[in-house]
Amino acid sequence: MIHSLFLINCSGDIFLEKHWKSVVSQSVCDYFFEAQEKAADVENVPPVISTPHHYLISIYRDKLFFVSVIQTEVPPLFVIEFLHRVADTFQDYFGECSEAAIKDNVVIVYELLEEMLDNGFPLATESNILKELIKPPTILRSVVNSITGSSNVGDTLPTGQLSNIPWRRAGVKYTNNEAYFDVVEEIDAIIDKSGSTVFAEIQGVIDACIKLSGMPDLSLSFMNPRLLDDVSFHPCIRFKRWESERVLSFIPPDGNFRLISYRVSSQNLVAIPVYVKHCISFKENSACGRFDITIGPKQNMGKTIEGITVTVHMPKVVLNMNLTPTQGSYTFDPVTKKVLTWDVGKITPQKLPSLKGLVNLQSGAPKPEENPSLNIQFKIQQLAISGLKVNRLDMYGEKYKPFKGVKYVTKAGKFQVRT
Amino acid sequence: MTDSKYFTTTKKGEIFELKAELNSDKKEKKKEAVKKVIASMTVGKDVSALFPDVVNCMQTDNLELKKLVYLYLMNYAKSQPDMAIMAVNTFVKDCEDPNPLIRALAVRTMGCIRVDKITEYLCEPLRKCLKDEDPYVRKTAAVCVAKLHDINAQLVEDQGFLDTLKDLISDSNPMVVANAVAALSEIAESHPSSNLLDLNPQSINKLLTALNECTEWGQIFILDCLANYTPKDDREAQSICERVTPRLSHANSAVVLSAVKVLMKFMEMLSKDLDYYGTLLKKLAPPLVTLLSAEPELQYVALRNINLIVQKRPEILKHEMKVFFVKYNDPIYVKLEKLDIMIRLASQANIAQVLAELKEYATEVDVDFVRKAVRAIGRCAIKVEQSAERCVSTLLDLIQTKVNYVVQEAIVVIKDIFRKYPNKYESVIATLCENLDSLDEPEARAAMIWIVGEYAERIDNADELLESFLEGFHDESTQVQLQLLTAIVKLFLKKPTETQELVQQVLSLATQDSDNPDLRDRGYIYWRLLSTDPVAAKEVVLAEKPLISEETDLIEPTLLDELICYIGTLASVYHKPPSAFVEGGRGVVHKSLPPRTASNESAESPEAAPTGAPPVEQPDVIPPQGDLLGDLLNLDLGPPVSGPPLAASSAQMGAVDLLGGGLDSLMGDESEGVRFSPFMSPSLSPPAAAVPASLGAPIGSGLSDLFDLTSGVGNLSGSYVAPKAVWLPAMKAKGLEISGTFTRQVGSISMDLQLTNKALQVMTDFAIQFNRNSFGLAPAAPLQVHAPLSPNQSVEISLPLNTVGSVMKMEPLNNLQVAVKNNIDVFYFSTLYPLHILFVEDGKMDRQMFLATWKDIPNENEAQFQIRDCPLSAEAVSSKLQGSNVFTIAKRNVEGQDMLYQSLKLTNGIWVLAELRIQPGNPSLTPLQLSLKCRAPEVSQHVYQAYETILKN
Repeated sequence: MIHSLFLINCSGDIFLEKHWKSVVSQSVCDYFFEAQEKAADVENVPPVISTPHHYLISIYRDKLFFVSVIQTEVPPLFVIEFLHRVADTFQDYFGECSEAAIKDNVVIVYELLEEMLDNGFPLATESNILKELIKPPTILRSVVNSITGSSNVGDTLPTGQLSNIPWRRAGVKYTNNEAYFDVVEEIDAIIDKSGSTVFAEIQGVIDACIKLSGMPDLSLSFMNPRLLDDVSFHPCIRFKRWESERVLSFIPPDGNFRLISYRVSSQNLVAIPVYVKHCISFKENSACGRFDITIGPKQNMGKTIEGITVTVHMPKVVLNMNLTPTQGSYTFDPVTKKVLTWDVGKITPQKLPSLKGLVNLQSGAPKPEENPSLNIQFKIQQLAISGLKVNRLDMYGEKYKPFKGVKYVTKAGKFQVRT
Repeated sequence: MTDSKYFTTTKKGEIFELKAELNSDKKEKKKEAVKKVIASMTVGKDVSALFPDVVNCMQTDNLELKKLVYLYLMNYAKSQPDMAIMAVNTFVKDCEDPNPLIRALAVRTMGCIRVDKITEYLCEPLRKCLKDEDPYVRKTAAVCVAKLHDINAQLVEDQGFLDTLKDLISDSNPMVVANAVAALSEIAESHPSSNLLDLNPQSINKLLTALNECTEWGQIFILDCLANYTPKDDREAQSICERVTPRLSHANSAVVLSAVKVLMKFMEMLSKDLDYYGTLLKKLAPPLVTLLSAEPELQYVALRNINLIVQKRPEILKHEMKVFFVKYNDPIYVKLEKLDIMIRLASQANIAQVLAELKEYATEVDVDFVRKAVRAIGRCAIKVEQSAERCVSTLLDLIQTKVNYVVQEAIVVIKDIFRKYPNKYESVIATLCENLDSLDEPEARAAMIWIVGEYAERIDNADELLESFLEGFHDESTQVQLQLLTAIVKLFLKKPTETQELVQQVLSLATQDSDNPDLRDRGYIYWRLLSTDPVAAKEVVLAEKPLISEETDLIEPTLLDELICYIGTLASVYHKPPSAFVEGGRGVVHKSLPPRTASNESAESPEAAPTGAPPVEQPDVIPPQGDLLGDLLNLDLGPPVSGPPLAASSAQMGAVDLLGGGLDSLMGDESEGVRFSPFMSPSLSPPAAAVPASLGAPIGSGLSDLFDLTSGVGNLSGSYVAPKAVWLPAMKAKGLEISGTFTRQVGSISMDLQLTNKALQVMTDFAIQFNRNSFGLAPAAPLQVHAPLSPNQSVEISLPLNTVGSVMKMEPLNNLQVAVKNNIDVFYFSTLYPLHILFVEDGKMDRQMFLATWKDIPNENEAQFQIRDCPLSAEAVSSKLQGSNVFTIAKRNVEGQDMLYQSLKLTNGIWVLAELRIQPGNPSLTPLQLSLKCRAPEVSQHVYQAYETILKN
């Protein structure tokens, strides 16, 4: 099981360590640093590293490495999932998962880690339960605590800990009872040079924000549940009801949580809302090239496409770029990463946004072999591109009438255009 | 007001300040001080000097302060054991606290304090907590048992905690069940032979119920535990599968993968005709694909596992090729894994898409990835014949780019394409030759040299090309040197007139100026071959090479089956069984997939053998000596088409023959500096070094255990024949499994063999050789396997033996070392033969002679043995032994006991005389007394074993 945890920042300082069994010396991280050096880029550090006596399993989140040390045969996914859960918890408690936030709250962090894992076995990882055990810091509370001398550690057993619904605490009370659902769909796609789709799928999630008193029992049904054939559920969902009736039936956790995530992959269902016309060329034996891209709407279901950003990793030999956008603004980082970012904004069909101009190349260097891929971000409000629609939400078990709401949004996920 | 202030103080007086604050009367100040101490501790500062002061804060009703002190204690108790004792009383008191949270916290913390003196005090509170009324305390206590076991295993066993833990599996609370399973699994890992988690249908049912109700982490523990169970039949397997399938929709990827493991394993038991089998297959694809949309670290582990799953059951993901397409900003470790799976899934149906993608990747920036993509194109050509043409033209396009590493990779894979499709694409050789100068990597150079040598007759200036390489011969890597040597010999055999000088040059470079034994050995072999019989040399060196197989770098099926049992674990990430890398090599039990059984057949489950020890101890296999023999000729071109598929059969035949005869004389000529690996040829090797001395006894008993197990199907017409035992497991012999036994019938001895092909390719060209042994056993005829042995086929062969081979005393006496060869490699193993196959038919001694001999043999040569549990009458014993050529000369009754006087003769003329005393009536109480007299007393022990074997069957 998980033996120890080291938190390491980007400059390679170990700024927190926690051991659940015997103490493992910091020097074990040298193997990690070695791998990091080899990988050149922080994203490329392999997640599983073996050392003579331990295994290091790490994740990279928010510019921090969470490096765990294990000694026995443990499912690596278990460890990785747990580390992400730790990062999520920090995010949840401190609003951000950063070195500063962790250092500011180091005692709470320590208490949390101790509460989340016992002897390497996960103990309490549900945010609902943790918050009952260890209260998140707020400015008000720290002021109150310092005046009254009370503590921020709960001294009663969390109610959810042992019940059949460990994710929900008892005795929840709200004056305004609300239930909101966000249907968020991301399009992952690879578009080839000629504009045809090589690969496309939709990664969807339904995030819920539930503020309901008591023990509400909810049923969420869809207009077209058949779209959902590959779904992962939050543990609260009754699997049998879904299997038989295609209805999501559950007693929700209190607060924010991810209800389901799903994947729609059949090619004909995945609409591609934008197209890109591009012409990027480098001339042989001359120190310049041409760059010209235009973005237009495609299958956008009549909605406005907004928040468009185009990112391009230019080849190393590119020295500078001299471009003119018809709308929005662009930046180019000529020194380190050679990244071109064009903040486009939204598309107006009357005048399509374009960015064109010249590329300066290092003179004498051979012309780059590869053409860069374009990475595109966009957002469409009030649309789930797969066509998924919530039919209705019913509540049982409580008497009051909750306020209900559903929001749809479609975004680009890993949306890449090859040139 | 944040905690970061605790980080700022680093000055020297800090500790004193803290000490004062800790001893303050004000609660708030105390707490602040403890927080500062903890903060210093988290960043690795040594604050152990404050131990007594912090411990003093422990007795408090403030839970937060208590927790903080506990945190501190866990960290520093080890370095301050005597001080830690001070805390014990508070712990014990807290374990009785009315608040379950405090009870649990106390027992949890005590378990984390790794100090012997504290652990002693832990036992009583722990025992109470394990039976606590509150499940939260019970589940915490369950984990505490695992902690305690880690510190002091003996204590846990003595205190009976393991049994209590086992009882908790039937607890009413699912969380307690899950934690008990987790704790037991962890303990079992350090005691692989202990039978901690003996699962039966009832406990399985308990686990399946708890599975639905416990937390995600608990589900992982339970699923991993379920995977170790072997259902008794396919119906049970199906019902477990049905209850596990809902876990595939869990949001936690570790739960999903553990569920996949259980399903993959139990599917093995389901009949493929079953509707349910098809349904299950369909259900497995979506969750696996979903794992790929998670964070990159999760993707990586998922991909490593999918790689195994795709090899075992390609049908699951055959329509999902596109999800493995690489995005340019995937981390490199994800890219490489995706590529690997793409090739495994490539088929005629999707090859166009795959090739288009690969070509795209070959122009990317990342060098490692580009290389792998180029290699992948070559693998596609070999795998999907229809695409070969397109692949070759793609590769040529890539060579035109002149990007150095792309060209080199392309040449390496084109070499493999030539091997797969001879006489089809040789037209591209000219283009390849143009790039000769740019090759600077050994593998590419070796590949190019191979191509030049292989097609020397079509390349006009082949001699010039090879000569140009020869200039820097000593600076080349071994791979290139070996290849160059072979290529030039090939060239010489093809164009002898023009290249005599060249070949002499390379042979002298290899044999006289090189320090590398491999290179020298190969040089000598060629030299000898060319000088004695050029025709034979041609046959050997220019032999037609077998086609390389489609799928390269597949995991061996036996290993794959084992790895499938380890889906989701580190083993699956490394693609190695845990025994290969788990720290300390604590005897890890090999897992295997359950056999397919129908419900009405009762099958012995592989894991039913309780202690994990196999019923028959496998004879030790002499470690295979690399691919030395296969390596000898032109076959050292490395990956991706490594060892086995490349081995040229006829060439290897030649090599074996060579070793048998030629080398002896060669060694005579060139006695200086020619060193051979000890195992190169069994006839050359000093055998004692190969086998550990302790081998004899355990195997001996292992064999007799085996004999005990078999119900006596006495073969009365001939000697007793033991059932076949596995001599050479497939894992150790690249897929060839050999089991066998020895028989003696009407004066002739034979070795009955069963050869099973568990590899993916056809096996041919079998041959067998024995090392010299104590009784001169040798094959009387060559090993005749008439048809090639296709995958999953077995063949039974009876190999006649004689006893006229060369003799050398072995330890133990009846040890036989055997070498078996096929087109893949040469494998070595050793086995023990029962001595009674050597008892000859004319072993009946004359009565007078017997008496005289008995007296003549000195008493110190007499050996006494007891044979227990042999409920046979004197007559039965006598006739049973007679069947195996042990002859009764006289029978007497002395004081109510039957005395049998017997004689037998071994093939080498050694006489053994025996006196057997049988107590009639109650044979189970009084064992048979056996006295053996022989001039060579070392055989007595083995004769006794033979007696026992014969009588008990």
